Amino acid sequence: MARSVVKELSSILEKRVMVLDGAMGTSIQGYKLEEEDFRKGHFEDHPSPLKGNNDLLSITRPDIIEEIHDSYFAIGADFACTNAFSGTTIAQADYSLEDAVYKINFESAQCARRSADKWTAKTPDQPRFVVGCLGPTNRTASISPDVNDPGKRLVTFDDLVNAYRQAADALMDGGCDAIMIETVFDTLNAKAALFAVIQMKEARDLDTPIMISGTITDASGRTLSGQTAEAFWISLMHGGLTSIGLNCALGAKDMLPHIKMLDKHALCLISAHPNAGLPNEFGEYDETPEQMAEQVRPFLSEGHVNIIGGCCGTTPAHIAALKQLADEYAPRPFPEHFSALTSTTPAVSKGEK
Amino acid sequence: MRYSHDNVPDMVLSGLEPLVVNKTTGFVNVGERSNVTGSRKFARLIQEENYEEAVDIARAQVEDGAQIIDVNMDDAMLDGVAAMKRYLNLLASEPDVARVPFMIDSSKWEIIEEGLKCVQGKAIVNSISLKEGEEKFIEQAKRINMYGAAVVVMAFDEKGQADTYERRIEICKKSYDILVDKCNFAPQDIVFDPNIFPVATGIPEHDNYCVDFFAATKWIKENLPGAKVSGGVSNMSFSFRGNDIVREAMHSVFLYYAIKDGMDMGIVNAGMLTIYDDIPKDLLEHVEDVVLNRREDAAERLVDFAESLKGQSIEQKESDKLKWREGTLQERITHALVKGITEFIEEDAEEARQAANKPIEVIEGPLMVGMNVVGDLFGAGKMFLPQVVKSARVMKKAVAYLLPYIEEEKLRSGNVSQNNGVIIMATVKGDVHDIGKNIVGVVLSCNNYEVIDLGVMVPAEDILAAAEEHNADIIGLSGLITPSLDEMVTIAQMMQQRGMKQPLLIGGATTSKIHTAVKIEPEFDGVTVHVLDASKSVPVASALLSKTENTFVDELRNEYQAARDKNAKKRGQKAFTDLQTIRSNTSSLDWKTYEPVVPKTLGNKVIRDYPLEKIREYFDWTPFFITWELHGKYPGILEDKVVGEEATKLFKDANEMLDKIIAEKAFQCDAVMGLYPASAVEGDMTEIYADNARENVQATLHHLRQQTARPAERPYRSLADFVAPKDSGVKDYMGAFVVTCKGADDLAKIYEDKLDDYNAIMVKALADRFAEAFAELLHVEVRKDYWGYAPQESFSNAELISEKYQGIRPAPGYPACPEHSEKTTLFSLLNATQEIGCELTDSFAMYPASSVSGWYFAHPDARYFALGKIDKDQVQEYADKKGWDIKTAERWLRPTLGYDE
Repeated sequence: MARSVVKELSSILEKRVMVLDGAMGTSIQGYKLEEEDFRKGHFEDHPSPLKGNNDLLSITRPDIIEEIHDSYFAIGADFACTNAFSGTTIAQADYSLEDAVYKINFESAQCARRSADKWTAKTPDQPRFVVGCLGPTNRTASISPDVNDPGKRLVTFDDLVNAYRQAADALMDGGCDAIMIETVFDTLNAKAALFAVIQMKEARDLDTPIMISGTITDASGRTLSGQTAEAFWISLMHGGLTSIGLNCALGAKDMLPHIKMLDKHALCLISAHPNAGLPNEFGEYDETPEQMAEQVRPFLSEGHVNIIGGCCGTTPAHIAALKQLADEYAPRPFPEHFSALTSTTPAVSKGEK
Repeated sequence: MRYSHDNVPDMVLSGLEPLVVNKTTGFVNVGERSNVTGSRKFARLIQEENYEEAVDIARAQVEDGAQIIDVNMDDAMLDGVAAMKRYLNLLASEPDVARVPFMIDSSKWEIIEEGLKCVQGKAIVNSISLKEGEEKFIEQAKRINMYGAAVVVMAFDEKGQADTYERRIEICKKSYDILVDKCNFAPQDIVFDPNIFPVATGIPEHDNYCVDFFAATKWIKENLPGAKVSGGVSNMSFSFRGNDIVREAMHSVFLYYAIKDGMDMGIVNAGMLTIYDDIPKDLLEHVEDVVLNRREDAAERLVDFAESLKGQSIEQKESDKLKWREGTLQERITHALVKGITEFIEEDAEEARQAANKPIEVIEGPLMVGMNVVGDLFGAGKMFLPQVVKSARVMKKAVAYLLPYIEEEKLRSGNVSQNNGVIIMATVKGDVHDIGKNIVGVVLSCNNYEVIDLGVMVPAEDILAAAEEHNADIIGLSGLITPSLDEMVTIAQMMQQRGMKQPLLIGGATTSKIHTAVKIEPEFDGVTVHVLDASKSVPVASALLSKTENTFVDELRNEYQAARDKNAKKRGQKAFTDLQTIRSNTSSLDWKTYEPVVPKTLGNKVIRDYPLEKIREYFDWTPFFITWELHGKYPGILEDKVVGEEATKLFKDANEMLDKIIAEKAFQCDAVMGLYPASAVEGDMTEIYADNARENVQATLHHLRQQTARPAERPYRSLADFVAPKDSGVKDYMGAFVVTCKGADDLAKIYEDKLDDYNAIMVKALADRFAEAFAELLHVEVRKDYWGYAPQESFSNAELISEKYQGIRPAPGYPACPEHSEKTTLFSLLNATQEIGCELTDSFAMYPASSVSGWYFAHPDARYFALGKIDKDQVQEYADKKGWDIKTAERWLRPTLGYDE
C-alpha cells in the first residue's frame, strides 16, 4: 500500500471527529432510475426485474454512484461507504445474481476510490477514505425462520464466512481503505463476517482497519437477535476493531442511550450513523438537517463518538450539518486498551504456522 | 505488551446480556446439568431426542442462579457435533436461557468448533490443553480467537494430567505464556482448570488433592495476571454419591476455601448448594477435616458420619412454597391477590367473615386493602395487566363467596354497600369489538367501581337509559372501527340534549385524544375524557369522582383546547393538490414489461373448518401482547427486563389455552376467497369481471387517492394504481377474501360465568390471532397455489409478519382504503354471509368480531400506504360515483376529511 491508512487515520482521529457519508438509497431515489438503468450494458437479458437492486448501479451507472460520493465529499465527509450493501452471494441470490458479486464489490469500491482520490487531490490537507461495506444479508444465523422448529436455520456460519470472504476480497481488490460490517441485526452473522475479514487480512498480510456498526431495532433496546448494545460489543471485541457503533432503525434521539452504553464499555473508537429521525406514515424521513443536527449534538458535545454520519433518509445537506457539528467538538479520547490504530503489532497475530 | 495485575481489563462474556467477571462479581456459577457425561437424565433426554425437556433443564439452571450454562455432548453413542449444534440453536431461541453466556464443553475439537459457530455471544471453550503438544494447542487457541471466546485450559500436558501442586503450576505457567505471547490471547480470557479430583476415596495419595488445588489456585492468581481459575466442583465429592446432604456440604466447604484463594468460577449444580453458615457444626467439622486434610482418619470419620445422615432428605423446599400461608390473615389475602392464587381465597374469606361484624366489611376491609396493594403496584409499573386480571379473578371469587352472606345481611339491616362509583360501559352501535372494554371493566371493578357492562353493538338510547336507571356516575364508550367515532359524537350530542352531567370516557383502538378534543368534547358540556389504556382508567375515574377539589378537569379542558388550537393551525397549513393533478402523478407501475400471472383458480372458493394447528404456525404474537398492554416485540418481549417475566407467563397461559382450543375444536375457522379478471378504469376505480371474456362487469371498486401536497418526485398513491389499466391491454387480475374465527363468544361466556375474566379475555384475544393468522396463511396459499404468482416463495413467519412477500392485501377501513362501506361490495362478491356466516353491521364491522377481510393485489410494486387526508373535490366525486349525497359521503369519509364540513 502506498500510504499507511492506519497511521493517517490514527493521526486524524486523535484530533477530530471524522465524518461518514449519508444514505446512498435516498440519493439514488432522487435520480428516478428505471429498470433499464439497472441493466444497462451488463444485465440486459436477465430474466427477473432488477430495479431496486441498487448495488448494480455501481456497474451499470458508475457515473451516478461516483456523483453521489462526490456530493458527500464536497460537503466535507471523510469517508465514502461503498454502494455494496447487498453485495454477498446470499443477498444477491434473491435476484439470481450470485455471479455478479465480485463485480458489484469491485466496481463499488472503484467508484468510491475514484471519487476519494479526486477529492484528496483537491484538498490534500483532508485526505478522503473508502470504507468497504459488508451488509447483514437477508438471512439470520441465530434466528429460526419457523416457530415450530426453533432450532432451524436458513444459513450457516460457514455459508456466511464464504460469502463475506468473497465480498471482502473484491472490496480490497477495488481499493478500499477499511472494512465496515454494518447494520448488524444478528450478531452471529457479524461474527462470521469478522471471521472472514480476519482470514482475509491474514491471507493478504494487511492491517486494514475493521469497523462494525450494529442496529438496535426498536424500543426494546436490543438487536433483532436479542442482544443489548454492551453484549453486542463483547461478542465482537476479539476482532481488534478500530470502531464499533450503531446505525439505522433509530433516529439520533433514541440511539443516544445505546451509544452511551458503548462509549462506557468499548475499548475501541465509537461511531454512530443514525437515520434522519423515524419514518413517517409513508416510510419517508422528515427530519431536516437542522433538526437532525440538534438531535445529534449531544453525541458530540458529551464526547461519546469519534465518527459520525447518517443512515436512511440523510442527504448531503444533513451530512453538511453534521460535519459542521463535528468540527465544533473534540473527539472521544482514545480508550486505554485501544490498539487497532496505535500498536505496532496487529491485533490478530499472523503467519505463525 | 507485558501484562501486570494493574493493566489487565476485566473478563467480559456475553449471551444476550453481558457478564462481567471481576473482583466485585463474586464467584460465577456455571450450570453443570446440560452435560451428557454428568447427568444421566440429560443423557437420556438427548438419546431420546427429547430436546424440549433438555432445554427445560438449561432453563431451570438459569432460574436457579446459574450465570453460565455448560453444554457437553461427549458420548460415544451420540453424534456430538450434531447434538451440540441442535441444542445450542434451540437454546438461542429461549431468551430466558440465552441471556447468559454458554460454556462449550468437549474433549473433541470438532464439537467445540461447531459450538462456536452457533453462539452469537462470547462463550467460553472448555477446554484445550497441551495434551497433544504445543503445536496443536497454538492452532486451537488461534482458531478460538477468530471466533471470539474465552478458554478453559486444563492442567494437562503430553506427560499427563497434573495431580500435584508443582505439576499444576508448571503446566499452567507454560500454557499462559504460549497463549499470551504466541497466540495474542487476551490474558483475562484465560481460565485454568487445575483439576479437581475426588477426595476421601480411601487412597491416602488423594487426601491432599483439595489442598493442592487451593495452593495452585493461589499461585495462578498471584503469578499469571488476568488468568482465572475454574473447575468441576462435584468431582471432589464423588465418593459420597447418593448422599446429597454430605455432598452439598462438601461442595460448599470446598468453594468457601477455593474462593478465598481466588477461584473465580466453578461448574456446579446451581440448585444444590447450601450456604456455608447453614451447615450443621458437626457435619462442617467432619467435612473440613477431609477437604483441608486435617487428620489422617478424616475420610473414615466422614464416611461413618455420613451413614448416620442418610435418609434425611431435602423435603423442605416444597414446603417453602406454602410458607406464605403462615402469615396473618391480611398478609395471606394480600399475597393471594397480588400473586393471583385462587386456591385458598374462599377459606381466607370465610375466616375474615367470621372475624368481621358484617360480611360486607370483608370486602371493604381486607380485600380492598389487598386490592389497593395491587393497584399501587400496577400504578408504579411493578405489576402488569395480565397479573391484575388474575388478581381480579381472585377478588371475584372471594366476592362471589361472600355475596349470599351480604344479601342476607342486607335483608336484615337494609344497608347497602359502598363502592367508589357506578360506571356504565358499552361498545357502541355497529361495533363488535370488546376485548379492550372488558379489560377496562376488570381493572375498574378491581378498584371497587361497580361496572355495568352493556356488551357490544349497544344503541345510544340503551346506553343513556341504562345510565339513568342505574344512576351511573360515569359512562364509558368503546369502539375499534372508525365509524364508531361518529357514533360517539352522536352519543355526546344526545347527552347534551338530555342535560346529562356524567363524565363521558372514550376509549378503543380508533379513538384518540385529538379526535376526542376536536369532535366529541365540543358537543357536550360535561366532562369528556379520552382514556388511552386500561392503566389510565382508574386514575381518571378517581380524579373525576373525587370528593376533594382537584384541578384534573381544568387541566384537561385546557389540554383539549390547546389540542384543538394546534389542530386548527395544522389544518390551515395542510395543502391539497387538485384531483386532476393528482391523477396525472400516480405511482406509475411498469405495465409494458409486466405479464400478469393468470390465477390457477378463478372465481370463488370456500374453505371451511381449516385445521387450527396449522393456523397456529402463522401467529403474530406481538399484537397479542399489546392487547394485554405489554409493549415490545415478540419474541424479544419474553426476556424484556421490565415485562419479560409477565409476558412469559402470559405466553405460557396462552399456549395452554391454545392447546385446549385446538384439542377440543372450540373454534372454527372458515374462509371464502375469490380471484377475478380485473382492470383499472378512469376515475380511480377497478372493474371486476364475471369471466375471462371481460365483458360483464360484476363489481366496481371505488378507490381514493392521496391528495396532500407533496414534492414533485413523490407520487399520489391509490389502490387503483395496482391493477393494469383497461386501455393498457394487459389482462390483469385481483382478488378478495374474508376469513372468520367462530366460537370465541361461547367459550368466553363459559369463563365469564365462572368469574374468570382472565381466560375470557384470553379466549377472545386468541380468536383475533386466529383470524389474523388465517388471513396470513391464506395469503401464502393464494400466492403459491390458488393464484400461483409466487410458487417458489419460502418465508419464515417473521418474514411474513414484516411483509416481505410480493403483493398486498389491504382491508377496507384501513389506511390505504379507509372507507368501510366498500366491504359491502367485497362481501357480496364473495357471498360471504351465506357461505361462511360472516356478517356486516350497520357500521360495516364484521361479525364474528374475529374476522379479517381484504383485497389481493399481486403486482410486485404494489405496496401498503396511508391515504392521509383528502379534499372536497375528491369527496364530491366519490359521492357521485357511489350515488350518495355529499353528506353521506362525508359521514363515511369523516376521519379522512381534510376540510371542515
